[in-house]
Amino acid sequence: MTPFTTLCSIAIPILRDNVDTDAIIPSREMKSTGRTGLAEGLFAPWRYSDVAARVPDPTFELNRSEAQGGQIILGGANFGCGSSREHAVWALVEYGIRCVIAESFAPIFRANCIRNGVLPITLQRSVVDALAWHQLEIDLAAQTVRAGETNCTFTIEDEPRTMLLEGLDVIDLTLKARDAIAAWTDADRTARPWVYLEKTA
Amino acid sequence: MTQPAPKTLFAKIWDAHRIETGSTGSSLVAIDRVFLHERTGAAALKSMAAAGRPVHDPARVFAVMDHIVDTRIGRGDGTLMEGGSAFITETRAAAKAAGIMLFDVNDPDQGITHVISPELGIVLPGVTLVAPDSHTCTQGALGALAWGIGSSEAEHAMATGTLRIEKPRTMRVTFTGTLAPGVTAKDMALALIAAHGAGGGAGHAVEFAGEAVEALEIEARMTLCNMATEFSAMAGFIAPDAKTFAYLAGRRYAPAHFDEPYWQTLRSDEGAVFDAEIVIDASSLAPMVSWGTSPQHSMPIDGAVPQGPQRAHDYIGLEAGATMLGTPIDVAFIGSCTNARLSDLRRAAALVKGHKVSPAIRKALVVPGSSAVKRAAEAEGLDAIFTEAGFEWRASGCSLCFFAGGERFPEGSRTISSTNRNFEGRQGPGIRTHIASPETVIASAIAGAIADPRELAKETAQ
Ligand code: SF4
Repeated sequence: MTPFTTLCSIAIPILRDNVDTDAIIPSREMKSTGRTGLAEGLFAPWRYSDVAARVPDPTFELNRSEAQGGQIILGGANFGCGSSREHAVWALVEYGIRCVIAESFAPIFRANCIRNGVLPITLQRSVVDALAWHQLEIDLAAQTVRAGETNCTFTIEDEPRTMLLEGLDVIDLTLKARDAIAAWTDADRTARPWVYLEKTA
Repeated sequence: MTQPAPKTLFAKIWDAHRIETGSTGSSLVAIDRVFLHERTGAAALKSMAAAGRPVHDPARVFAVMDHIVDTRIGRGDGTLMEGGSAFITETRAAAKAAGIMLFDVNDPDQGITHVISPELGIVLPGVTLVAPDSHTCTQGALGALAWGIGSSEAEHAMATGTLRIEKPRTMRVTFTGTLAPGVTAKDMALALIAAHGAGGGAGHAVEFAGEAVEALEIEARMTLCNMATEFSAMAGFIAPDAKTFAYLAGRRYAPAHFDEPYWQTLRSDEGAVFDAEIVIDASSLAPMVSWGTSPQHSMPIDGAVPQGPQRAHDYIGLEAGATMLGTPIDVAFIGSCTNARLSDLRRAAALVKGHKVSPAIRKALVVPGSSAVKRAAEAEGLDAIFTEAGFEWRASGCSLCFFAGGERFPEGSRTISSTNRNFEGRQGPGIRTHIASPETVIASAIAGAIADPRELAKETAQ
C-alpha cells in the first residue's frame, strides 16, 4: 500500500449529505471480479449526462477544469453510506483521489479508505465548506490541513494513522500475533465447542 | 463481595472475543463466521490466493450465489447482467480452491446470504459473523454480533480468523407498547431512521429492545435488524430469547439444543449503561413509505411529503406537500433480505388473495429470499395465489433489490419495493424507488398507486 505522508492538491467539493456508494460506483460499473477498471465508472450517474455514451455533465464538480488532477474530495454528512463495496474506494484511488474530507463518514467506507491508503478526515461542516476549491496542504503526521493562511487540525486514531503513514499491510501485522490467536482459539474451543465446525466442503 | 458491574450484551460478546487490545486503541477480535457472495467473494478469495495466503479455518467460511444470479425459473450460470457469469464461475472456482462450503446456483440451500445463514443455523447467538455485505447486520436478529465489512477486511478475517477494529459505542433503541394492525417491523425501522437520520446510529452497536421487539417473531426481527446499516450503525442485534433458541435448535450447523446455562447469559444485565438511548412508542407508528432518495426520507403513508433536499424532490418527482397516497406506480417488487422470508410471503399472499394487480403496473414480481422459502411457499400454494393475482413468481436471489445491468425500466419509472434502499439509481438509472412493507407493496400493486394496506385489510376482512 502506498504510504500517506503529505498531500498538496485542490479540494473538489461534492458537498451533499449521504453520498452513497451506489453513487460513487454504481453496481453496473463493477464489470469484473477484480479491483481495477473502475475509475471510468466513478460517480457515473452524476459525472455523465449520458452514462452509456460517457457524455460528461459540465455542471458536476469533478468535471470542472480546475478539478482536473485533484486528489482531495470534500463531502457532507454520512459520506460513503450504503453498500459495503470496497470498489467505491478502489474507484476513487484509481481516479487519483488520496483524501476525502467530510463532516462524517459511514463506518464501512471509512475502514475501506484506511485499508487502501486513502485518508478520511472528519471536520466540522462549516470548515469543510470553507475549503472548497482551495489548494490544500495536508500533513498526516502533524494532523493538519492548511489552506493558505488558515491552518486547522484534525484527529485520527493512532492505528489508522500509523497504517497510513507507513503503508502497512494489516494482515501481515496481525499474522505476527499468530500465537496469541492460537492460544485464544484453543481456550475457546473448550468454552464454545459449537463454534468449531467440521469441514463440510 | 462487590457485584460485577452490569454489562450490555454487546460488551459481553466483545469481551469474549477480544484476543488483545493494541497499544493504539483498536482490538484484535476473533471472528467466528465469514460469509461471502459472488458479488465480492471471488475478488477477496482471488486476492488472498494471489498473496499466497490460505483461509485460516475453511470450515467456518461459507459462500453463496445470490447477487448476480438470474432469478428466472430454470436458471443456470447465465445472467441478465452483461459479464455477470464470470462472477459466478470465478466464485465457484475460488471457493473450491479455498475448500469452503459453497451454496451454488441450484443448490437446494441457495438463497440470499442473510436469509440462508439463519435458516441453516450458521449464525448463532453470541457469535461474531462478518461478510463483505452491508446487510450482514440482519443476522443480529439471532443474538449475534454480525456486521458488514469491505473486501480487504474480509481477506483479513479469512486469513487470520480475526479483525482489528475500534470498539464501537453502544446504543439501545427501545420500542415500547404494541404495534397497531397493519404496522410491521419494516415500519419500525423506517420510523427510527426517519426520526433520527440515516447517520443516527453512526459509530454504535445498536441493541433493539422493548416489548414491541420481544413480540416480533424471529423473521420480523431480521427485518428490523436488516436496516441497522441504513441507520449507519455498525451492527443491530436483539438478545436471544426462547423464540430464538426454538428457531435455531437442530438446524444443520446449530447445536441440537440450547440447554447450557451459557445461552441465558446472552442478554444485557439489568442496569447496564448504554452510551446512547432512543425510545420509540411502537403503538404510535403507522405504515411508512419512503418519499425521497435516502431511507431517512420516510414518512407515514397517509401524510404529506415533507420539505427535504431539493435534489431529492427533483429526482423523485414529488414536491413538499404532495400526498403520497395515490401516487401512480409502475413496478411492484416483493423480495430482498429485508422482506422475502416465508412469513412476509404469507402476509402478502393473504392480502392479495382474490385481487388482481392493476393493469397500470408494468411489472409485479415476488422473489423468495431463499430456495427453501420458495419450496415452503409453493407447498402452501402461495405461488399460485401470487401468479393468479398477476405477480410473476421467481427463483431466489437479490433480483430487483439493486441494479447491475439486468432488468431495466424506462427512466422515471416508479417502484414500490419491499427492499431497504431507495438511493438514486439503486434499482436502475433514473428509477424512483419507494420502500415499504410487503403489505404496502401489495396494496399499491392492486391500486396501481401507493395505497394504505390497512384499507385493503379492512376490505378483505369484510
Ligand atoms: S437483497 Fe438487496 S440488500 Fe439484501 S443482500 Fe441482496 S442486494 Fe443486498
